[in-house]
Order: sequence, then structure tokens, then C-alpha cells
Amino acid sequence: MATIEKITAKKLPKEEILSYGHRACQGCGELLSVRLITKAIGPDMIIANATGCLEIVTSSFPDSAWRVPWIHVAFENAAAVASGVESAIKVLKRKGKLPKDRNITVLAFAGDGGTADIGLQALSGALERGHNFVYVCYDNEAYMNTGIQRSSSTPFGASTTTSPAGKKSIGQHTKKKNLPEIAVAHGIPYVATGCPAYPYDLMNKARKAAAIEGPAYLHVFSPCPTGWRTLSDDAIEIGRLAVKTGVFPLYEVENGKYKLNVKSRELIPVEEYLKTQGRFRHLKEEHIKIIQEEVNKNYELLLKKCECFG
Amino acid sequence: MSKRVGIEVSLGVSEAVKLCNADVVAAYPITPQTHIVEHLSELVANGELDAEFVPVESEHSAMSVCCGSSATGARTYTATSSQGLALMSEIVYIASSMRLPIVMTVADRSLSGPISIWNDHTDAMSIRDCGWIQYFVENGQEAFDAHIMAFKIAEDHRVILPVMVHLDGFILTHMIEPIEFLSQEEVNSFLPEFKPALALNPDKPVTMGPVGVPEIYTEVKKAQEVALKNSKSVILEVWKEFGDKFGRYFNPVETYKIDDAEIALLTMGSFGEPAMLAVDELRKEGEKAGLIKLRLWRPFPIEEFLEATNNLKGLAVVDRAITYGTTGGPVAIEIRNVLYEKKDSIIINDFIAGLAGRDVRINQFKQMYYETKEAVKNGKANEYKFIGVRE
Ligand SMILES: Cc1ncc(C[n+]2csc(CCOP(=O)(O)OP(=O)(O)O)c2C)c(N)n1
Ligand code: SF4
Ligand SMILES: [Mg+2]
Repeated sequence: MATIEKITAKKLPKEEILSYGHRACQGCGELLSVRLITKAIGPDMIIANATGCLEIVTSSFPDSAWRVPWIHVAFENAAAVASGVESAIKVLKRKGKLPKDRNITVLAFAGDGGTADIGLQALSGALERGHNFVYVCYDNEAYMNTGIQRSSSTPFGASTTTSPAGKKSIGQHTKKKNLPEIAVAHGIPYVATGCPAYPYDLMNKARKAAAIEGPAYLHVFSPCPTGWRTLSDDAIEIGRLAVKTGVFPLYEVENGKYKLNVKSRELIPVEEYLKTQGRFRHLKEEHIKIIQEEVNKNYELLLKKCECFG
Repeated sequence: MSKRVGIEVSLGVSEAVKLCNADVVAAYPITPQTHIVEHLSELVANGELDAEFVPVESEHSAMSVCCGSSATGARTYTATSSQGLALMSEIVYIASSMRLPIVMTVADRSLSGPISIWNDHTDAMSIRDCGWIQYFVENGQEAFDAHIMAFKIAEDHRVILPVMVHLDGFILTHMIEPIEFLSQEEVNSFLPEFKPALALNPDKPVTMGPVGVPEIYTEVKKAQEVALKNSKSVILEVWKEFGDKFGRYFNPVETYKIDDAEIALLTMGSFGEPAMLAVDELRKEGEKAGLIKLRLWRPFPIEEFLEATNNLKGLAVVDRAITYGTTGGPVAIEIRNVLYEKKDSIIINDFIAGLAGRDVRINQFKQMYYETKEAVKNGKANEYKFIGVRE
């Protein structure tokens, strides 16, 4: 791995890969995540994008918000399309049809639905085969593009259009699927979580993921004002709260070694996070208690992993 | 120099793909396609073919990998069958709309359920409208030749469409046949290097697969239809060039003893050979029998088909799939449509036969002929019929 230049406030890449003028909602955390990630890696990249908000709002023919080569094929196959792009680059370099020293980063972009649910098989296949690519899941905790339906990444207690809160339901009654751990289980060289509320952390992780040889997986917490029922200037604040409450810890796993990137001496109560969003408005004290216990348990487990496998 | 070898047809196909120097092969195993991809992975493992063999976790991913690699400018190949084709069908449709010149072999096999590994065309017909160029082959030599021509057609800048080569599972894939191989020099002299019209490359960014809003979707579909229809002239040109160079010609509609025939059988794929034997026997019995073998399925060769059927009074269509709940099999339905102008002069009888590897004997082909002759005499087509079914 080449030495990677760290991104700081003074060394912020100026070039924007994702152009303004796209059709995302105001204050969209997903587009912000992607903007930061692509900016950090730079223009020598090819993107395979799954169907979902990002794809829809950036590619309405004849407009395109992409200043790099970009391909969308379907919803569940971003990892497989990226595998094809990567395989092509490899063989074309070997046959002298692309310059051998050219370092093109292959990226797959997909939402939590395109990753945790319908695209999980394609992702697992691509990670297992060891393609040299970066898979980015921008997690807004539901199928936003189709109207805020639940996914297996929707957290316990969230009300969505297919897990609505009602007289007999608290909304989503299952636990959020732990995708970063599923990625880790593939034994790939790099897995990290990120959030645009911590832009330098996110950008440096993106750079590292691109520089590492082999598959890298980035799981990016991406607040969605529309789906979470918040104000359009809340995404950063909510992202910070998610990290500080331990709801979404920022960590990385490099060659099996765990490292917590943003440490808090003491976690803020989850209620502070939950109360910022309309999707949790119906929750009662007893539910918040369940969520708090779950967060504590998961956070402790993560700390132990960092301690034992750090 | 060409050399003639006895080889399993599947391996002949893999060798043809090797001679075409495919860059990326992505495939998932399914009977009866397995020998093709096993042999290709062997050729890659031995260093005889410099390609990336991507052992994907499903056919859906196989076609998705193919889309990614073809879009990046690599010559791309896959093969599948039956359930695999059904599973990947979502992406099969997208590959043609994105104009990606992938070549795929389909070792035709019946679709579940019930699950069956044997040959018919129910898989082929399930993706009939996918917008690929599709043609059928009848024997090992044709299977070999077809693939070399397929890459040339697909990648021609006047075409840029994926090509699907259909060969009957087991009946063809697993036969050992004599195949005249072309040498690497011969293939190189025929098939130019793949030069993509557009490719994913950071030096010249393109956006592929954008959203098609209502204002543009219809135009995209019309363009796709025009491209597929226009591909026919290039298909014929490439087939002719191959024939002129190597002495083996493909025609969109192959015929046998058709010139003075009054009633003909119509087959697709490997049924052509037993049907020829049936025609020979019928001729000995004094019948004016002939045979039409439909090779090019998409784009449908309308002019050639009309010409081949010009003097016919009756046509016995051998359908190897069903279109449930309507007027018979998909091929007959299509043929009736193409022959609509001649509906008063040609009687079309439809026979659903040879599903899931069920043998169709020479006698049964003759029976289809005689029943059609009777219908011609009565001036009225029979209702479609299952051949050899126990009721
Ligand atoms: C095979 C298939 N099933 C369903 C859909 C409909 N669909 C399109 S995008 C989407 C949800 C996307 O959710 P996610 O991946 O979380 O991305 P987001 O829009 O939230 O960013 C769904 C269900 C589809 N396009 N294809
Ligand atoms: S619905 Fe959410 S994720 Fe989609 S564009 Fe709007 S804010 Fe972004
Ligand atoms: Mg989502």
C-alpha cells in the first residue's frame, strides 16, 4: 500500500466529483456522504451504482451529476457490476490495453436496501472473490427512493411506511442487521463505518479503502431528513448524536484489527438522539429503555473487540 | 490450418470462445451448460486463455458482471440454461437496452416446474422479447462457427447488441461430433479486436444506465428496436463473409427440399436433423414434403421466411414450448402473425412436441406432416396439439 496523504482542513481536495444541481432533497445526508467520499478519492474512479435515491437524483437523462464514469444496471447488483468493471480493468491492463500503472479505483454505491436485503448475495460474492474495489453502503435506514419502506437496516422502533407505528405495533420490531460485522466475517482487508457529520474521518477512511489492495467495505450512516422526519438542516447534528450516543459508533477493522475512531468518555443517553426524529416520536419510555440497553450492549461488545483485537 | 477433431460440442464451444480471445468470462454452473464453463475455467487455469474467469455466486451476478466488464471495454462471454436464464432475466433485458455486446450461449433446457434438466425451448421463449440477437444451431460444427460469428456481429459498430446462441441441451451439448476447428490465425483474420464505441474510462467520463423519464423512454425503446432490426443486414454480411472465407454458410432460414414442396415441417435447433430424415422418408412415399429450419429468431427474418414459404400450402410447426392459455406455442403464434397476409393460402398446424427431452420419433414428424396434409385438404387448420402426450 502506498503512503496515503491525510486529508485535513488545509489539505482538502477542491475537485468536486458529484456536481451540484442534482435532484436530492434539501439537506440529504446520502448525497453528502457520496460527495465527501468521491472528493477524497479523486477523479480516477469508476462507479457502479445500485438503484435508489442516489441513482435517481443524479442521472435523469439527459442530465448527469457525475464527472466520473458511472454505470447503473439494477438494484441488487452493484457489487457484481463493480466486479465486472474490476475484472475488465485487470485483464485489459494485463493485455496492454490500459496503462499498467494506472490506478483506477472501482467503487460500488448502494443503499441499505441494496446492501442488507436484495443485494446481500451479490455483495457477499464479490467480497469473497476478493475483487479490488470499495463497496460503499450509504445507510439511511429504509428504502427511501420508493417511499420510506422498512429494510433490515431499519432500527428497532422506527416507524416506516411498511413498519408503521400503530395501536398494535411500535413500528419496526426487529433489530438492525449488523452489516459491517457481516463484511468483517468475509475476512476482507478493510471495513469501516463513517458518517458525514465527521467529514475528515469519513474522507480519510475513503482514501484508505481506495488505497488498500482487495475488497474494502464502508458503511456510512446517512441521515435522511425526508424519511426520518426531521428538518432539512438537521443531518449533521443527528449524525453527531448517533455517534455520541453509541447508536452508530465510528470504527474500522483493518486486517482483523479493530479500532474505535471517535471515543466518548461517556455516551449521551439515546433519548437525545431519538427525540430529534419524527420516526421515533411514538416511542414510550419502556421502548427507549430497550433501545438504550441494546446500544449499551453493542457498544461494550465493540469496545471488547477493540481491546482484544486492537 | 483448420483441423478436424472429434470433440464434445460443449468443449468445441469453449474452444471457439478461446479462439475469440474473450477477456472476461463470468458464469455460474447449471446442467447442461456446465461442460462449457468448466472447460473455459480449465483453459484459463492452464494459461491457454488469458482471461478473467469470474466464478460468480449466481446467474444474476453472472450477467451483472458481464454488464460491468463489457461496459469497461472487455470482450465478455457467459453461458447458462433454464433456471439460470430465468434468474438472470432481469439483467438480460438491461444488457440489450444498454447496448452491451456480450455473447451468451444458452444450452436450452426446460423451465421448472416440475424441475427438469432436459432439453426444450421453454427457457429460450421465456426471454423471447429481451432485445438480444438470437439464433439457433443444429450441430457441433454450427455451434463452433456460431460463436466466432457472434462476437463479430455483436461488436460491429453498426450493431452493438448482445448475441445469444441457442444450442439444445444434452442433444447437442453432450454429443461428441466431428468439428472442423479454425486456427488462431484464421480467427484473427476474421474477428477484429474489440473496440468499444463507449467505455467506462476516467479519461472520458460517461454516464451509463441513467433514469429514463417518460419524455425519453419511448425514444430509447424505438432506437433499440431500430438497432435490432437493422442488425439483420450485418448478421447476413458476417455470415456471408464467414462462408466465403471458410466454406460454411449460415442462412437465417435454412431449407431442405423446399423448392417443390407443398407441405413443410418447421423446426428450430437440433430437431432439424430427424426432421430431415422424416422428409426423406416422406419423399420416398411420393410426398411433396419439405423442411424449414428457422435459424435466426431475433431479429425475425420476415422476408426470407416469406420467400421460403412462398409455394407452400401447409406448414407443420414443431413448437418446443407452450404459451399458456391461448392458441398454442410461441413459434406458431409468431408464424401465423408473419404469414397473416397469406392466411387464405397456407394452413398452419401447431404441434407442441419434445418437451423436456421427450423423444420425437421420425414417425411422429411424419404424423405431423400427414395431419397437416389432411388439414390442407379440408381447407382448415387444426387446433394446436401436444404430440405423444398420455391423457
Ligand atoms: C428488483 C427490484 N425490486 C424492487 C425495486 C424497487 N426499488 C427501487 S429502489 C428501492 C429502495 C432503495 O432503497 P435503498 O437501497 O435503501 O436506497 P435509498 O433509496 O434509501 O438510498 C426499491 C425497493 C427495484 N428497482 N428492483
Ligand atoms: S429521500 Fe432521503 S435519501 Fe432520498 S434524496 Fe431525499 S433526503 Fe436524500
Ligand atoms: Mg436506504
